[in-house]
Formats: sequence, structure tokens, C-alpha cells
Amino acid sequence: MKPEILLAHLGSFRPTWSEELRRRVAAATDHFVRAEPLGIDLAPFYAPERQQYHATLLLAELLRHLPASGGRIVGITAEDLFIPVLTFVFGQAQLGGPAAVVSVMRLHTEFYGLPTDERLLVDRAVKEVVHELGHGFGLVHCPDRSCVMSSSTYVEDVDLKSERFCTECSSLLVAGSATTPHT
Amino acid sequence: MSHRKPRIMIVDDERSVRESLREWFLEDGFEVVTAEDGLDALKKLDSDPFDLLVVDLKMPRMDGISLQRRLRETHPDLTIIILTAFASVETAVEALKLGAFDYVTKPVDPDELSHTVRRALERKQLTDENARLRDKVTQLATAAPIVGSSRGMERVMELVGTVAETDASVVIRGESGTGKELIARAIHGASPRRFFPIVAVNCGAIPETLLESELFGHEKGAFTGAHYRRKGKLELANGGTLFLDEIGEIPAKMQVDLLRVLESHRFNRLGGAQEIESDFRLVCATNRDLEALVKEGRFREDLYYRIHVFSIEIPPLRERREDIPLLVEHFVEKLSRSMGKPSKQLSEESEELLQAYDWPGNVRELENAIERAMVIGTTDSIRPQDLPLQVEQEGGTPRDRSLESLESEHIARVLREESGNVSQAARVLGIDRGTLYNKIKKYGIRSG
Repeated sequence: MKPEILLAHLGSFRPTWSEELRRRVAAATDHFVRAEPLGIDLAPFYAPERQQYHATLLLAELLRHLPASGGRIVGITAEDLFIPVLTFVFGQAQLGGPAAVVSVMRLHTEFYGLPTDERLLVDRAVKEVVHELGHGFGLVHCPDRSCVMSSSTYVEDVDLKSERFCTECSSLLVAGSATTPHT
Repeated sequence: MSHRKPRIMIVDDERSVRESLREWFLEDGFEVVTAEDGLDALKKLDSDPFDLLVVDLKMPRMDGISLQRRLRETHPDLTIIILTAFASVETAVEALKLGAFDYVTKPVDPDELSHTVRRALERKQLTDENARLRDKVTQLATAAPIVGSSRGMERVMELVGTVAETDASVVIRGESGTGKELIARAIHGASPRRFFPIVAVNCGAIPETLLESELFGHEKGAFTGAHYRRKGKLELANGGTLFLDEIGEIPAKMQVDLLRVLESHRFNRLGGAQEIESDFRLVCATNRDLEALVKEGRFREDLYYRIHVFSIEIPPLRERREDIPLLVEHFVEKLSRSMGKPSKQLSEESEELLQAYDWPGNVRELENAIERAMVIGTTDSIRPQDLPLQVEQEGGTPRDRSLESLESEHIARVLREESGNVSQAARVLGIDRGTLYNKIKKYGIRSG
């Protein structure tokens, strides 16, 4: 049996579409997925000069809350994330590692001055969570623009891709060529 | 063929920046190495090749500008992207003047970073491809075509066509001057590796002490006089063909080393700890009887079987005399173009002379004879007296029968047969090299 994936809701993040996200991530990754709030204090990860949260430090914290029996964890937050050299990131994962973190802040249409579109937000969140899990499985960016592992630096890139792994990435996962989790 | 991940080095004194960028580029499928300042970067560049350097400007010990100045001398082809804080944009402009590809300001927009890196790698790929194509064009421009319509040469060209498509090792056999290197280049030129280099090494012309460094390359300080790191021919042939001429002359120790490389395609430069991989196809040539050398224990049997997957025998010119008129026509045209002289016709007597001669130096000797005739001939035809063969009468008996004349002729012939290799010629003649040099000087023989 495959180890479970925990979708950990961080801070005040409590979406009404949590169950749909869980179900679709489970379908895309073929893993058992559990979703629940994780009561960790986000304040230590806040960088006031940037008004953002440090994704790498948050990732290190999530490693302390891994599910039992070698499972994986994906923290999901409504806050904006950064890594020191970049202005922002949608999410971050350790390549071949068991933890990842995703921010939905820049996935909202409102962030770009557009009307609310919850359907699009859920689609984007599913893709970003599956994408970061893919890195956790050891997959790197895929040149196939429709593959969930294709690189997204703009939200439009996220909209272009599907929430599924392409045939080649799927075969890497099946063959176990992608790496297993390590801490 | 060589399809490796692009290698990037991140040079920044801030650990968090190094680690963030490392993770970012790993997700893009790059091989990533980090260095904490310019000195650390130089050390790492000394042992490994990189496609791209992402360099912070402000660092302790050696900053980005100083690093760039050093790299301009040691690694002029390296592509560099500068990372800078907003306050040091002026310095970034200086870096651009020193040849950096571009600069990005920290913190950088993810899309801008991806875009800049992609453009830099694309430019590097195009620059590398351009250099390869220039080499290829030079090779094509300087390569002589293979001339001959005899059954023997048709068979050789059939075999070239058959073997070129494969990646099998080939041994080309034939007497000196039959055009073994031309056949090796024809195999490479018709193979899928043709857009990568063919690298030729004459194992018989390089002293044993230098051959090792010539093939394997060396690190800086590997031996006295190794002031710089130098890539060997094995490394330079990556993706293409390695042509080892006079393979029968390769010393015993090198036979062991070469066998090891052929088994794994991995090796170390002299004095180097880093294992290097090179994907090349091997073509060898020899005028020696390799099987006899194996029996005598002078050539390793395992190496013989490793290189001898396919064999092509080039017939000597005396066994394909029908090709002589075509070859003469080709050389006359080629030489008249390069010398800027009008073309010449072969007189009937000269043609008879050329047909009667034995050609121990094969096509190379014929080319030399035509070159001499083109230089000294004063009429629009090549006459017997213009040819160096005119000293010999019908049946090959020299007119001047003095002992010195015979000795001079014999030495010149052996030197031709041994492609000007004095050591080898001395062995064949049964005299030491010093004596041979004295005789070459005495008779005014051209040994090259």
C-alpha cells in the first residue's frame, strides 16, 4: 500500500473546496490523501521587509509533521511565499523529498484585479499541489506544456497545463526512476 | 551521442541564496554545483566543465568582477549571468562590459530568471554548434576526395558505406601512402557522428612520453611543464570519431590504458582525480601485420579483438594501376589551383613511365611526383624528365649505380614507406637514429 499524503491547511486557510481538492489530488497521484488543519504558528516565517513568508523555512518546519509510516506532507496556505533570491514562488518542494508547501494567494483571480472565479482557483490549486508532489516523487520540469510537471512562473502557465502527469512522467513514476522520499 | 544535463554553478556568499537557486535549478533538471565565493568557484571550475555560471557581485575574498576578469583569461567561452542588488547596478553594467551575458537584480522575478537562463543556454548551444560547424567546414574544405574507379577501390567504398552507419570499431589496413586517413574521414563523414569532430592521432609519430598526455590530457601541474589543464584527444573526440593512425606502434603500457578506456569510455586526465566520460567511435589504421604482432606478443590480443570488429584493406597502387590516370588528373587540377599555374597534360611517355613504376610509396608518392613535375616543368605537358622517376630505366634499374646513389634512394624510399617516421625507418634499415640523421643530411633527403 502506498504511503498517505497529508494536505495540511496552514494558518487561517479553511477553504470550502477542501474535499474537492483532496479527491482530485488523490485521483491524479493515485495515493490515499488526507486533509486537515495543522496548528503551527506562521509568525516565525514572516519576513516583514518583504511582507511575505519564507517558503524554505516553512518547508523545514513541515518536515517535523510528516505522517507516520513514510508518508508525505503538503502545506497549503493563503499567504504569499518567497525564497530569498526570488520575488515570489507559487510553491516549493524538495526534489525527491517528502515535504512541499503551496500558496494559493497568487492563484486567486482577484489578485490580478479580475472577478472571483472559484472554479479556476480550485483547478489551479489542484495543479500546483500535484506539481509540487511530482517534485517530491523526484520528477523535474517537463517540456510537455500540458503535463502537470511543466514549469509555471506565471499563473497563465498554470492554466495552460492539465492536472495529470504526461505519459513520460507517468512511466518514470511507475518505473520508480523518480526518487523515493528522503529527509 | 552526448546528451547530458546542462551544468550550472551558483556563486554567492549567502547560503540561503545558493540553496534557493540550487533547488530552483534542480527542479528544472539541471546539474547544479554551488560555490561560496570567486576562489571556491575557480577551484571547482578547474576540475569540471560548466555551461553557465550565476555569479553574485559582492562576495568576500574574490568578488564577481575579479572572478570574471580571471575567467576571461582561463575560461573565455564560459557564459555568465550576474546577480546583483539594486544598489550595484552600475557594477553590473561593468560586468556586462567584461562579457557577462546579462544581469538580474535580487530579488528576481521567477519568470525573468527562467527566461534569462534559457536565453543564455540557447546562445551557448548555438555558439558551440557554430564552432563545431566551422571545424566541419574546414575539414570538408581541406579533405581530399577519394579518387579511383578500380574494382578494388569500389569495394573499399562499399565497405565504407556499410560500416559508416554502425558504431563498430574499424581497422583500416594498407601500405604507407594508400590513403588510410582519407578512408577514416570518409567513414566519419558518412556516419551519424559527422556533425561532431573527427580527432586524429598518429601513434607512431609521437614519442611515448608525450602520447599519454596527448590522448588523456593533463591537469595543471601534472608534470613539469604542465602549466595549464589540457584536454586530451579522447575528450576532444566526444560525440565524434577518434582516429588512431599507426595503431601497431602503440607502446605496451598505453595498450593496457587504451583497452580500459575502450571498455568503459571513462578515463582520468593525467594528474586528475575526476573521471571523464567520452562517447567516441574508434577507427584505427596500420601498415603493420597486427596478427603477427599479436603472435610475437608485441600487441595485446584483447586489444586486437576490441578494435578489430571490422576491417578494410586498401589495395596498393601497383594493384590498381587503372586508377593512375584519374589520380594524375585529380592532382594536376588540385595543384594547378593551389599554385595558380595552368593545368598540364601527361605526355604519352610519362604515362607509360607511371604505369610501369611499382609505387612503393603509393598514392602519396604519386602526388609528390606530380607536384615536383608541376614545379619544375617548363612546358604545358608533364614530360618524363619532369618526374622524379626518370632516374630509373625500364625494369626499375637505376642509371647511376654508385653505392651512395643506391643508399640514398633506399633511405628515401624507406622513409616514404614509414611516413617520415625516422625511428621506425632506422629500425627497418637496421641502423641507429643518429646514423640515419647523418645520412639524411649527407644526401639532402627530405624526411617529412
